[in-house]
Amino acid sequence: MASDTLATTAPRSDAEISGLDALEIAGQEKAATRASRIWAATWPKVAALALAIGLWQAVVWTGWKDSWALPGPAVVFADLWHYLLSASLWEGLATTARRAVVGFAAAVAVGLVLGLGVARVKVLRAALGSMITALQTMPSIAWFPLAILLFQLSEQAIFFVVVLGAAPSVANGVIHGVDYVPPLLVRAGRNVGARGLNLYRYVIAPAALPAIVAGLKQGWAFAWRSLMAGELLVVIAEKTSIGAQLTYARDFSDAPRLMAIMIVILVVGLLVDAAFGAADKAIRRRWGVLDQAGN
Amino acid sequence: MTSTTTTPRSATGQVALRGVTKVYGRGENAVLALDGVSLDVAPGEFVCLVGASGCGKSTLLNLVAGLDRVSGGQIDAGEGVNPGLMFQESALFPWLTVEGNVEVPLKLRGLPRAERRERVAELLRTVHLADFGRKRPHELSGGMRQRVALARTLALDTPVLLMDEPFGALDAMTRDILHDELERIWSERRLTVLFVTHNVREAARLADRIILLSSRPGRIIYSTGVDVPRPRRIDSPEIAAIAAEVTDRLRTEVGRHGQ
Repeated sequence: MASDTLATTAPRSDAEISGLDALEIAGQEKAATRASRIWAATWPKVAALALAIGLWQAVVWTGWKDSWALPGPAVVFADLWHYLLSASLWEGLATTARRAVVGFAAAVAVGLVLGLGVARVKVLRAALGSMITALQTMPSIAWFPLAILLFQLSEQAIFFVVVLGAAPSVANGVIHGVDYVPPLLVRAGRNVGARGLNLYRYVIAPAALPAIVAGLKQGWAFAWRSLMAGELLVVIAEKTSIGAQLTYARDFSDAPRLMAIMIVILVVGLLVDAAFGAADKAIRRRWGVLDQAGN
Repeated sequence: MTSTTTTPRSATGQVALRGVTKVYGRGENAVLALDGVSLDVAPGEFVCLVGASGCGKSTLLNLVAGLDRVSGGQIDAGEGVNPGLMFQESALFPWLTVEGNVEVPLKLRGLPRAERRERVAELLRTVHLADFGRKRPHELSGGMRQRVALARTLALDTPVLLMDEPFGALDAMTRDILHDELERIWSERRLTVLFVTHNVREAARLADRIILLSSRPGRIIYSTGVDVPRPRRIDSPEIAAIAAEVTDRLRTEVGRHGQ
C-alpha cells in the first residue's frame, strides 16, 4: 500500500480508505482443499449405501422370502453388470431419456408461460393460482386412465401426464420467484433505466432465478415419476423402454433383472437431481446466500 | 425553456418543486404524506432534508426520481434528466460482480462495450474500488457496497443525485470517510444533491442548506444555510452549533405530536 504518498490537500488519504477496506473484508477467505471437501461429502453417502446393502443381505439371509422373489445383492449386481453390457438397456434408456427430455422441456415451456402469466396478471392469479397448487397435489398416476382414453396407449398419453405432473411445479417456482423479488431491487433497477421488458431482463428474471431453478428441480422429480408410471402402464410393443422392461421383468418373474432396472432408474433420477442441485448451489454461491455450514 | 437540450450532460441540475402534494390511499383511509412542498434547488447545490419519522422524506425523493406520481403540484428536474437515487441499503444486484453492477446503467443507455469498460474502470477509480471490480457485492463491506452503489448511480451521468439515508446503516468511521468521498465527488462533478437523513450532524457536515420537514403531513417548516467553509469536520464546533440549532427545532416539531 502506498502509505508514504499521503496527499496533503485531500482531507482523507487513499491509504486510509483502502486500509479500512482491507480490514473490513479480512477473514472472509475460506481455506479447504478440494480433496478433503470431496471426501467429507462422499464418505457418509458411501457408508449409508454400504449399510443399506448390508441390511438387504441380512434380510435375504433370514430366509423371509424365497430367493426367486427376493434375490441377494450379489445376484442382482451380477445381473446389473450383464444388463449394463446389453444392448436392450441402452435402447430402453435412449427411449426413456428422449421422452424425459421432450416431456420435461414441454413442461418447462408450459410452466414458464403459465407462471409468468399468473405472476403478472391479477385475473389469471385469481383464476389459476390455487388451481396450480391443486394440480400439484394430484398424483400423476391418477391422470393415466383419462390419458389412455384420450390418446390410447401411445407416447402422447405419456407426454400428457408428464407435462401435467411437472408443469405446475415449474409454474409455482416462477410465481414464487417473481413474487419475492425484493422491491428495493426493482426500484433500483427502474432508477438506473430498466423499464418494461428491460426490467424483466436485467432485474426480475435474474432475481427470480434461484426460485425458478428450485421449481425446475421439483418439476423434474415429478416428470421422472410420471414418466416411470407411464412407461409401466403404457407399454408400446415396438418400443422398448426402461419402464416397459421393468414390466416385462415382473411378467417373467425375473427378480434380479427387475431389481437391476430399479437401480438404473434410481441412479438416473439421482444423477439428474444432482445436476439440478449443483446448478442451485452455484447460483446461491454467486448470490452470496450459500449456507456455509453445509461445507 | 431548455427543451432543446435532451442529453443529461447538458442539463443544469436545477430541481424545482411547486406545491407538491402526495396522498396515499383513498377515502377515509387516505393519508396525506406531503402537503404543498415548494423547494428550489440550485444547480450544484447540496441540500439536506431533515425530519422525524413520517415526514415523507423518502416519498419526496421517490417523486423527484419519477418512481411515484405526485397527487398535486409539479416537479421539474430538467428536461430529459433522470435523477439518480441511492438507498440506505446498497440495492446492488447480487447476481452481478461489482463491475457488472456499475455497467448496467451504461448497457441500458446503449453504450458500446469498449466505452462501457472504460467508463466502469473510471467510475471504480473514482470511488477507490479499482481493485474490487471482480468481487461480488456480498464479499464487500457495507461502506464499500455503498461506494459501488454510488458508482452505479454516477454511471447514469445525471446532474441530480438523490440520496435516501445512504449512510444510515454504517459505523461512524466509515460514515466519516464516505462524507469526504461524497463531498469530493459532488464538487468534482458539480452535482446537485438532495440528501435525506435523520442525522442532524450529518446534515450540517454535508449541506449547503438544511431543510426541516414537519411530520404527518410533511411540510417545510424551517430552512437554514450552512456557511461553514469546506473541507469540514463533523466534530468541529461550527458544525455542532448548527446541528444544535436544527435539533432544537426538530424537538419542538416532534413534541407537537405528543400533545
